[in-house]
Amino acid sequence: MIAAAARTAAEIAQRGTPCSLLVRRRFEGSIRAVLWLLTCLSVVTTAAIIVVLAVETYRFFTAQGHPEISVWSFFSGTEWSPLLGAQPLFGVLPLVAGTLLVTTIAGVVALPMGLMTAVYLSEYAPPRRRVALKAALEVLAGVPTVVYGFFAVTFITPMLLQPLSSSFGTYSAMSAGIAVGIMILPIVCSLCEDALRAVPQSLRDGAYALGSTKFDVSAKVVVPAALSGIVAAFLLALTRAIGETMIVALAAGGLAHMTADPSSQVQTMTAYMVQIFLGDAPAAGIEYKSSYAVAFTLFLITFALTWIGAIVLRRYREEYE
Amino acid sequence: MGPRTITTSRRMASNRIFLYGCFAATSIAILVLCVLMISIAVEGWSSVSWRFLDSFASRKAAQAGIKAPLMGSIWVCAICGLVAIPMGIGTAIYLEEFAKRSRVKRLIQLNISNLSGVPSIVYGILALAAFVRCFGLNTGDAPWSLGNPESLLFIQFPCGPSVLAGGLTLALVILPIMIIASQEAFRSVPQSLRQGALALGSTPWQVVWRVSLPAALPTIMTGSILAMSRAVGEAAPLLVIGGFLLVFQTPTNLMSDFTVLPLQIFNWAGRPQADFHKLAAAAIIVQLIALLVFNSIAIIIRQKLQRPLQS
Amino acid sequence: MMIPTTLRPPIDHAPPTSIDQRRPDEARLPAAAHPSAISMRGFNSWYGDHQVLHALDLEIATRQVCAFIGPSGCGKSTLLRWINRMNDTIPGARAAGTLSLHGIDLLDRSLDVVDLRRRVGMVFQKPNPFPKSIFDNVAFGPRLHRVYARTDLEELVEQSLRASALWDEVKDRLDSSALGLSGGQQQRLCIARAVAIGPEMLLMDEPCSALDPRSTASIEQLIRELRASYTIVIVTHNMQQASRVSDSTAFFYEGRLIESGATDLLFTNPKNRQTEDYVTGRFG
Ligand SMILES: Nc1ncnc2c1ncn2[C@@H]1O[C@H](COP(=O)(O)OP(=O)(O)O)[C@@H](O)[C@H]1O
Ligand SMILES: [Mg+2]
Repeated sequence: MIAAAARTAAEIAQRGTPCSLLVRRRFEGSIRAVLWLLTCLSVVTTAAIIVVLAVETYRFFTAQGHPEISVWSFFSGTEWSPLLGAQPLFGVLPLVAGTLLVTTIAGVVALPMGLMTAVYLSEYAPPRRRVALKAALEVLAGVPTVVYGFFAVTFITPMLLQPLSSSFGTYSAMSAGIAVGIMILPIVCSLCEDALRAVPQSLRDGAYALGSTKFDVSAKVVVPAALSGIVAAFLLALTRAIGETMIVALAAGGLAHMTADPSSQVQTMTAYMVQIFLGDAPAAGIEYKSSYAVAFTLFLITFALTWIGAIVLRRYREEYE
Repeated sequence: MGPRTITTSRRMASNRIFLYGCFAATSIAILVLCVLMISIAVEGWSSVSWRFLDSFASRKAAQAGIKAPLMGSIWVCAICGLVAIPMGIGTAIYLEEFAKRSRVKRLIQLNISNLSGVPSIVYGILALAAFVRCFGLNTGDAPWSLGNPESLLFIQFPCGPSVLAGGLTLALVILPIMIIASQEAFRSVPQSLRQGALALGSTPWQVVWRVSLPAALPTIMTGSILAMSRAVGEAAPLLVIGGFLLVFQTPTNLMSDFTVLPLQIFNWAGRPQADFHKLAAAAIIVQLIALLVFNSIAIIIRQKLQRPLQS
Repeated sequence: MMIPTTLRPPIDHAPPTSIDQRRPDEARLPAAAHPSAISMRGFNSWYGDHQVLHALDLEIATRQVCAFIGPSGCGKSTLLRWINRMNDTIPGARAAGTLSLHGIDLLDRSLDVVDLRRRVGMVFQKPNPFPKSIFDNVAFGPRLHRVYARTDLEELVEQSLRASALWDEVKDRLDSSALGLSGGQQQRLCIARAVAIGPEMLLMDEPCSALDPRSTASIEQLIRELRASYTIVIVTHNMQQASRVSDSTAFFYEGRLIESGATDLLFTNPKNRQTEDYVTGRFG
């Protein structure tokens, strides 16, 4: 029976029209080539970003009629007043300081809360609640950042900050920082949760078997075991905060100065770029060109942070298997 | 007995405090989401109407609408999706199914994760140089044209701040996200399925086309939708390439001027008058409804289409 | 660990052992150009710098069942995966020496591995049906290589399922997902899938190790029946299984071929101490 069926099968298998080997090989080769080109495109993109920024930044530093702009004065200058007065000043530190202040506030808001939410989701929440909460966080993650900017202007400032203290004006680092914090919260949370859930159950079981409470297990076993993933998540979220544009453009104000006062206006690197690209600065003007130098600075900072994040993940990844 | 009891009760207390802390953090996150939604709904609901959807921008708040940004968003996102989704999947296929493990592959991988961390406004600057100005390659006075200005696919070189440039810009922004999401999808396809297909005499591409891709597709679709919802909300890079803040027509071909919803929201939210804030809130409602639709589709796909790949 | 010199098999010097000694008179092969399906001489294999197979000399007879036995990690799967070049998918896998299928050099770089795998079917340790319907699983292989008329394809699927003794169980639900089948049924589906491409040889890597005893029995029965049509190489951990289904057996230890020959001889009268220890379960 079986042998006969096998023989029949082998016989029918010969009946079809064979596909051409040549055609198949050519097709296979061209598909491969196309996919390879696509992959190269990602490298080309990075290269193009660097080249465009570098060339334009070079033009800024070598601009005619502004001998006072040097690379050193740009990176160490503490005054940024490109549009005011006869003598524009290009010291990028005030913009960096503004970015740092907003990012710090966002980090204080989002990192601990995001991590704790992640711990709740991965260690405590019953499965169905977890699914529902994750869906809610996904919605939060998809909300356009301009919406958070609007929220900062129309809710956070007038409803939360101004009742607390009269020192808050229409625009403040605090308001923008909180909104940016809300924006990065879902990122922190979902990445941390991924890291926590990657910790194998056997590690938790081992800790419980030693008489640990759930707190001991979560705080002393699971979180340390997932630390590299958590750090990488934090870095990624902070990178997003540094590069965030629309929120700060709407809520942080437009005053570039060195300050640590959260109730004052600040200008971030991204907000300055928006100001220039929106405004009517002539494309040949020095302040227009300066936005490229600012963009390059921003790019270098975020690139370094992502790089560090990747290294943390690679170097300190705990492999369980 | 004494000390041990104290320790235990203290441990139980810290246990409880920790749980409450985590629960509180989660609740705050959800509360924020609710406050956000409610405050915007309250502010904007009265302004949402057919007239609002069907009129162009205006200096008078009572007459302003979002016809141009709405259509602009649809055009730009359609172009973005058509470009970024296939390219992202293609790159993921190459990296996961074809590329041998090597130094080069590791560098490319690192490069992609770095690209996903580049601020979107920086992509705007690249797009301004690459698409809007085409690197100044065309030094003549007039742009080179391709096709009939009447037709949908009319293309000029350089593109200028057109719908096409906007779509390509957003494609740049979401491409790394798309690649990473698709890679994850391919990685979750069990190796045993590929081995099974190979052992039957499949070529590498046949393995991809008949086994890996169908198995990964639901996850890829979810990832694409989430990436697209990011694209729909992007404003900064389009602002850099000069997406117009005031547009009084809907796009008719690839070279049309455009604006998008987030830019319109930015414009209105940045004005001091409360009337315009209402309009901004109304536009946000439209935007968020689109977002919720996107997210629901993603959830449905995840629940309905994602079948187990192994038993 | 090195095997003590006295225990080392005489493979380095002696002529290759034919393992087809049981029925030398039964001329099963129609054209006796190559009486053995697989022959290897001085076959070595590495993963990176780690050599896992050392100087193997072995002949596998056509239309018989040959069992590879030996402790875990001794290289049985590696050898099996060279026969259909599945090792090409593993970076760093290399081989040297001679390995041929009916005189075709299997280590030839220019060999069309896709065509080779069409001629040499494989069944894996864990059943790996595609997440498709039962019909599409069986039709998968044929559709890769040829264009069939619908009726031919349907008949091919039916005969393949009959050949793997699965037809009666699934004939009413060909369109339902293969993942709904039991483990034993899934494994037989994988056999049907391999049969459907019309191979001349079947490789099975511990096909029963993930299955319950009843499914194991049915697959063993199947292997005995399929012997009439295919050359079968089966890797197994189970001594009884090897003795039940195979005509010849090869015993490997730490990447070397220790002993090979007709199964009943090897099990009842092993020439080598290590073989004896292993087949009697005194292996330590
Ligand atoms: N993909 C691989 N990469 C590196 N070494 C491997 C790989 N697969 C198997 N090995 C090594 O090769 C040796 C033989 O493995 P294998 O052929 O799977 O043994 P068996 O099937 O007899 O249990 C083992 O030492 C194993 O560690
Ligand atoms: Mg094995």
